Amino acid sequence: MPPRVLILRAPGTNCDRESAYAFEVAGGRPESVHVNRLLESPRLADEFQILCLPGGFSYGDDIAAGRILGNQIRHHLADAMHAFKAAGKLILGICNGFQILIKSGLLLEDDGVRGPAATLAWNASGKFEDRWVRLVTASTKSVFLAGIDAMYLPVAHAEGKFVVRDEPTLAALDAGGQLALRYAPLDGAGVALASPVHSPSTAGDQVPYPANPNGSPRNVAGVCDSTGRVFGLMPHPERHIDRTQHPRWTRGEAGEIGDGLRLFQNAVNYFAA
Amino acid sequence: MLWEVDIYAAEGQPDLAAARIRSDAADLGLAANLAVRSANGFLVEGPLDAAAAVRIANELLADRVVERTVVAQVGDERLSTPPGAEKRLVQVLMKPGVMDPVAQSALGAIADFGMRPDAVRTLRKYWLGDLADDKLRLLCQKVLANDAIEQVVVGPLRLERLEFGSPYKFALVTTPIRELDDDGLMRLSRQGQLYLKIAEMRTIQVHFRELGREPTDVELETIAQTWSEHCSHKTLAGRIAYRDERGERRYGNMLKETIFAATQEIRRRLGEADWCVSVFKDNAGVLRFDERHNVTFKVETHNHPSAIEPYGGANTGVGGVIRDTLGTGLGAKPICNTDVFCFAPPDMPGDALPPGTLHPRRVMKGVVAGVRDYGNRMGIPTVNGAIYFDPRYVGNPLVYCGSVGLIPHDKSFKKTNPNDLIVAIGGRTGRDGIHGATFSSAELTSESETVSGGAVQIGNAITEKMVLDVLLAARDRGLFTAVTDCGAGGFSSAVGEMGAEIGAEVWLDRAPVKYAGLSYTEIWISEAQERMVVSVAEEKWPQLDALCKSEGVEATVIGRFVPTGRLVLKYGEHRVADLSMDFLHDGRPPVVREAVYVPPPVVPLSIAPRTDYTDALLKVLGSLNVASKEWVIRQYDHEVQGGSVVKPLVGLANDGPSDAAVLRPVLSSRRGVAVSCGMNPRFGDFDTYPMAASAIDEAVRNCVAVGADPARIAILDNFCWGDCDRPETLGSLVRAAIACQDVALALGTPFISGKDSLNNEFSYVDARGVKQTIAIPPSLLISAIGLVDDVERCTTMDFKRPGSAVYLVGLTRDELGGSHFALVEGARGGVGPTVDARQAKATFTAMHEAIRAGLVLACHDLSEGGLAAALAEMAFAGGVGAAIELDAVPHDAETRSAAMLLFSESNTRFAVEVSEENAAAFEAALKDTPHARIGRTTSDARLTIDYAGGTVVDGNLKQLKEAWQSPLRW
Repeated sequence: MPPRVLILRAPGTNCDRESAYAFEVAGGRPESVHVNRLLESPRLADEFQILCLPGGFSYGDDIAAGRILGNQIRHHLADAMHAFKAAGKLILGICNGFQILIKSGLLLEDDGVRGPAATLAWNASGKFEDRWVRLVTASTKSVFLAGIDAMYLPVAHAEGKFVVRDEPTLAALDAGGQLALRYAPLDGAGVALASPVHSPSTAGDQVPYPANPNGSPRNVAGVCDSTGRVFGLMPHPERHIDRTQHPRWTRGEAGEIGDGLRLFQNAVNYFAA
Repeated sequence: MLWEVDIYAAEGQPDLAAARIRSDAADLGLAANLAVRSANGFLVEGPLDAAAAVRIANELLADRVVERTVVAQVGDERLSTPPGAEKRLVQVLMKPGVMDPVAQSALGAIADFGMRPDAVRTLRKYWLGDLADDKLRLLCQKVLANDAIEQVVVGPLRLERLEFGSPYKFALVTTPIRELDDDGLMRLSRQGQLYLKIAEMRTIQVHFRELGREPTDVELETIAQTWSEHCSHKTLAGRIAYRDERGERRYGNMLKETIFAATQEIRRRLGEADWCVSVFKDNAGVLRFDERHNVTFKVETHNHPSAIEPYGGANTGVGGVIRDTLGTGLGAKPICNTDVFCFAPPDMPGDALPPGTLHPRRVMKGVVAGVRDYGNRMGIPTVNGAIYFDPRYVGNPLVYCGSVGLIPHDKSFKKTNPNDLIVAIGGRTGRDGIHGATFSSAELTSESETVSGGAVQIGNAITEKMVLDVLLAARDRGLFTAVTDCGAGGFSSAVGEMGAEIGAEVWLDRAPVKYAGLSYTEIWISEAQERMVVSVAEEKWPQLDALCKSEGVEATVIGRFVPTGRLVLKYGEHRVADLSMDFLHDGRPPVVREAVYVPPPVVPLSIAPRTDYTDALLKVLGSLNVASKEWVIRQYDHEVQGGSVVKPLVGLANDGPSDAAVLRPVLSSRRGVAVSCGMNPRFGDFDTYPMAASAIDEAVRNCVAVGADPARIAILDNFCWGDCDRPETLGSLVRAAIACQDVALALGTPFISGKDSLNNEFSYVDARGVKQTIAIPPSLLISAIGLVDDVERCTTMDFKRPGSAVYLVGLTRDELGGSHFALVEGARGGVGPTVDARQAKATFTAMHEAIRAGLVLACHDLSEGGLAAALAEMAFAGGVGAAIELDAVPHDAETRSAAMLLFSESNTRFAVEVSEENAAAFEAALKDTPHARIGRTTSDARLTIDYAGGTVVDGNLKQLKEAWQSPLRW
């Protein structure tokens, strides 16, 4: 049976339909569930194999992006979520979903004294921007990125700069392969360079704006947990499923399917074996 | 206890707000390099101890990775101790009652900690370096705060509590009117902010004399709002006697007999093929999209509020037009937004501004931010727009917001039944926006900021998103019979409209309010945002109630559509209004107006010919209307919902100017919708007939350029004009409406919806004590929506590859009047562009056939800047050069010139790239339309244009692109 995908919807979530559609095209069985249903009965999650936190502005991103829903998860859903993780299931956070994963402590564990390991801070540009970026996979850690070297996807966010509490934590995450997805340079005309960068060591050079759209140190675009089964990313794979979503498909640059689809297929196929 | 949590950037982290303020202060010449340190603050009132306050600060309000906090009770000196070298403290708070979404969310999130605070407010804190007092005052006014909605405290806060509002004590207010003379009536109209004319005041007086009683305050307000220009469009839908050089025409209902009549005729001619579903009736026009769905389109303006509070005005403008979509049929799903703005040039010197106006740069930044924050949060892509600059918009910036929706066929109509419940869904009612409907009908003055501050609002997009989610779910379950939005006029307008044919009784004391103290009148006319009204059969109410509760959306029964033909308002036991619906909706005396149009004399345009126009082209590309709007576009999420096919920015580096946007609203289908616009305020100075015709032509050709089927394009009109009490001003509008009628008919392109905003004038008293008035130029926005059978046939404007043929389609005329070439040359006079609508129809059809057949590699509409600008844009967007020769350009001028061929802004023209192998087929497709092969694309990165044996333009693509990108690269 294809895996069931819980698309978590909260006030202000707005990429739920296209994320569900992406899972559907990939062969999954998505179902949109309001967070209030999950708060009423957290065990509802048991019936699903994949949890997807789609993009949007949960609770308006008031205070900070993903903070309020992140805290709701901390206060009311922590047990259910940890059980979900422990059961070997998959969690994907896209854009606001990534922000929620980070702020809920589901993706990277807190330190009792020093607090959260990382955050997604305001873009260095100080503003929301929608633009396409070139991405390269920097480790084999994330289940979602299996077999994917590079992707071309759009970002659309204001708070996407991945900032880690301190240098040792960042180094440890990098060494552990958890900084799985990176922004890659573009050439002079703004076109992506094709060569993927595979290892953390070569991903070290800071890619300039706008190829790195938010100024993330080490060009971090997506991060996974220590198991590789929980993954969050700022770019929107669900916005590159169809070839006509590619910004230059009229120039013959798009493939048969969009780059983002493979990520959803990886998630669905994880349960096929 | 009143706690304050101040949140600063941690050591080594950027202070982005401070950087922004420093740069704005420098822009305004207040300080070259002002030292600023900023903090966000939260005031939390309630029974919390210090440990709880610190916990909230650390775990909710601040981000410990990048921020640090100061937590103390208000009054504690730690809060007013400078954190660094900057000693001067300025704090900015929302005025009480102004929507503060972050505070609202924080209140809920604190409750999640199991704590129960009473109230939360946000504040912004600025520590400033040395600055003279007068400069500080200016900085507060122009950069740090907007006193329409915010208050500034210099120094420490002295605040004891946050709660405000005291319980309301009912007292019925009646307003004596029966004995007033004309002066008294007009005084009442003005002082009560009713903004009614004398004939209307007299009609009301007679009505109440007949009833033998005085009106209550809420009755007068209801009448004023229903009869306002904003709600009833009494001028344009009224009687008009119009005279021009061809004689006199009399209209009983001008809009109905021109624009609406054209649509009726087009629908009649289409017969079975009529694809209009509902026009000029519902909150948006409705068109057939496919076997299952219709599409809806509505464009609104929100000009007056945006002049006073650009962020809030634009923010609520977007929110309002989205509610129009939600309020169409039984509720359409918004699928994209459009926005068009008119501003004064952002480089206008500060001392050239009339008193009481905000600097255009600030207006533009605020408006863009307002549109961005609402649209992005709603998850609706903003895909198309335009910005026009003219000094005459200085006191009256224009903000047009459009919303396209998708709705199933069987949900496209609504009908309230007698005895249905009146249910309010969404946001609570507060004092926000009292008198917005009547205010928008008034002329702005330099005093408006103080007099009308209450009419300005801030939106809360998430509340509206929650309403959207439950409303569409309720629609699909059939839980209500009709829906409309609470826009201008609030409940008064929504309930009045829905119950016009039936009658209604409303229980005002049951409406949920934001705070205590609202009178029954305030509840009735409040324009608080994010509210919808639905009519619900009694037996469905429990289900609707449960659905709303399940998603945390407030829904309340506030009355019933009782079949009495009367509008009865109650507050508890008290009957506070009792009006007949007939008087309310049909009692207004007809407005009769004179309209005159005298075409201005033609003054020849003279610009000395020269041999090289490269510099002129660079200037045209850098002129503000033409220049890249990438800074704006990228701040909008234009791809959410996943249906984006042709984006607003296209080409090799994703930064060329697309003619129109195309999206697939149904992700599993290849069918698309194209959205575009056309507007030419500069042409209105010559003649508003061809101006309007040009706007239609431009909107339609933009749509055609990307691949929409011209037989399936519909348009919307938005008239923003000056004071139509002046016969000449109204005359210029009627003339434009006649053009709309003629061109729509000739193209077979129906108008499906429209809106007008009159009285866009700004008056002030100048330094010599003389009253000055600035009227905006006639500003007709035409928005177009077109259908695309298969999006894979769409095309974009960027040159694709070297070695292709370049064609010019359409006839070039000597029409440099109002052109951007004339603008950059500082030249006046000439003749503005005209439209040959019969030829246009043939050209659009032929172009579409060529695109559909796959013969076209790139297609760009020729508009601002003419052929030269279009070719430059195609070249630098595609990173492909071109060698062009103008001698073959089809034209109808007696004497042609390089300037005319390069820069004339004649309508119905396209520049097209076609591969060599398709050239013959393309020429065959265009055989009945003027066209010529004018050159080829090249592999060198240059644009060269030759004429009469010489080279008139020679520029490298980098230089051309830089000229186009640099002016608005903020």
